[in-house]
Amino acid sequence: MFTKILIANRGEIALRIIQACREMGIASLAVYSDADQDALHTRFADEAIHIGPALSRKSYLNLDRIMAAARKNGVDAIHPGYGFLSENATFAQACEAEGIAFIGPSSDCLARAGDKARIRGIVAGTDVPIIPGSTAALVDVESACQAAQKIGYPVIIKASGGGGGRGMRVAYNQQALIEAFEVAGGEARAAFGNPDLYLEKYIERPRHIEIQILADRQGHCIHLGERECSIQKRYQKLIEEAPSPFVDDDLRRDMGRAAIEVAQAVGYQNAGTIEFLVDAQKNFYFMEVNARIQVEHPVTEWVTGIDLIRQQIRIADGQPLPFKQTDIKIQGWSMECRINAADPENDFMPSPGEVNRLLLPHGPGVRVDTMLYPGCMVPPFYDSLICKLSVWDEDRPAVIRRMGRALMACQIEGIDVTVPFHRRVLADPDFIRGDFDTHFLKRFETSESGSRQS
Amino acid sequence: MGKSIYTITSPLMGTFYHASNPDEAPLVKEGQHIEASSVVCIIESMKIFTELRTEKSGLVKSILVENEEAVMKNQALIEIEV
Repeated sequence: MFTKILIANRGEIALRIIQACREMGIASLAVYSDADQDALHTRFADEAIHIGPALSRKSYLNLDRIMAAARKNGVDAIHPGYGFLSENATFAQACEAEGIAFIGPSSDCLARAGDKARIRGIVAGTDVPIIPGSTAALVDVESACQAAQKIGYPVIIKASGGGGGRGMRVAYNQQALIEAFEVAGGEARAAFGNPDLYLEKYIERPRHIEIQILADRQGHCIHLGERECSIQKRYQKLIEEAPSPFVDDDLRRDMGRAAIEVAQAVGYQNAGTIEFLVDAQKNFYFMEVNARIQVEHPVTEWVTGIDLIRQQIRIADGQPLPFKQTDIKIQGWSMECRINAADPENDFMPSPGEVNRLLLPHGPGVRVDTMLYPGCMVPPFYDSLICKLSVWDEDRPAVIRRMGRALMACQIEGIDVTVPFHRRVLADPDFIRGDFDTHFLKRFETSESGSRQS
Repeated sequence: MGKSIYTITSPLMGTFYHASNPDEAPLVKEGQHIEASSVVCIIESMKIFTELRTEKSGLVKSILVENEEAVMKNQALIEIEV
């Protein structure tokens, strides 16, 4: 087993990895920037080494500095956490070249998984469904109609140069497509300087559901069920749960098999996540591979009883998985609220600053992953995620009540946080029924602002 | 009539950038005339980039902070003679 692991990250995930190392009898080496001299990961690791100024690209994204720290301090593995360098193939390659274990997939696999066109090509060669669409730019309205005929309506027209929802139009029939094609082409030229359009099947009311997988070096690959991640704002997840209220045993089995097929096709090792879009008829489509530990991994740990960070370290050390697919049982229900330093009353404007008063929830079935302490500084240089509150209970209604109780006891003062927002979502009838999709928050915020004005 | 000074302040704690990306020229320079509602700088806070615009047109009198400098909420950034 490894003797010392460098943790190339900060915040709650660095602490989470330090905890796992300590439980496994492995020494931990933290790295920290100027802004994190008093941070908990700096204080709690067995050793800590300064790697640069506050700005991420000069410290936590500085591959050379981190590799130098690893070399100098005799570590035999690096855990990249999530974000920062976690999916950087060059970083994994540098570790491989130094004979240091990168706790994640191989650099080759990261390169494959990180290239959207390449991974789509790889998955297209399997039985796993991808969202049907035109691959090349549409030359004229006739070819658009032909493509739509083949895929089936509704379709969505997207600008090749667009992104973040801009330059998109939905068409439910050929007449609408012809009109949309003309308008969208002009818009795309004006907005992006590139009139190229392509077309995809439009998934109405999609859910974002992902499958956690574990794959060892001996070729075993299992899945640990799904996480429901449809509660998002601008593609940022805010509430996750496991299992999903929408997924039954059949769908879980099929999605699990598909996830394993993708993982094997891409040569995946270690813990990873395969993201899918699921439509109202329970058809699912591959979206992307997240080649790292996920922020929302605690909900899977709650319902499976498996410590994912510990498994990551064991796999990187070359040990085979200690369980088979048939050993995995999903028990009870879990939910996580991401508490961000942001003002939900002001369009989630970032709110860094000093936390002058802090009370965190405790009690049965409650877990808090956070780097906060009373008097700590939340720096403006990094992500706004400051606390992950997750709970477990026997079923979903009980989980919602327990989360409500925990949120009541979560008092973070001095900065704006998203706790009041989570309380309101938890009281929403559609949310309580489990009736939502990735557009939920848009509708929720519109109806909220409407009811406040009246 | 004497000229007055209009000061642009930071709406939040973050990092001051004088250009939209590191390879580009600064959005404004001292001594330059700028029009109302043009973008004068970028503040990054928690990975969110906020463009700051001037409400008034005038002459850029002084830029009070360096590129990539950490700024506090309400800190004065740019003075404009209007």
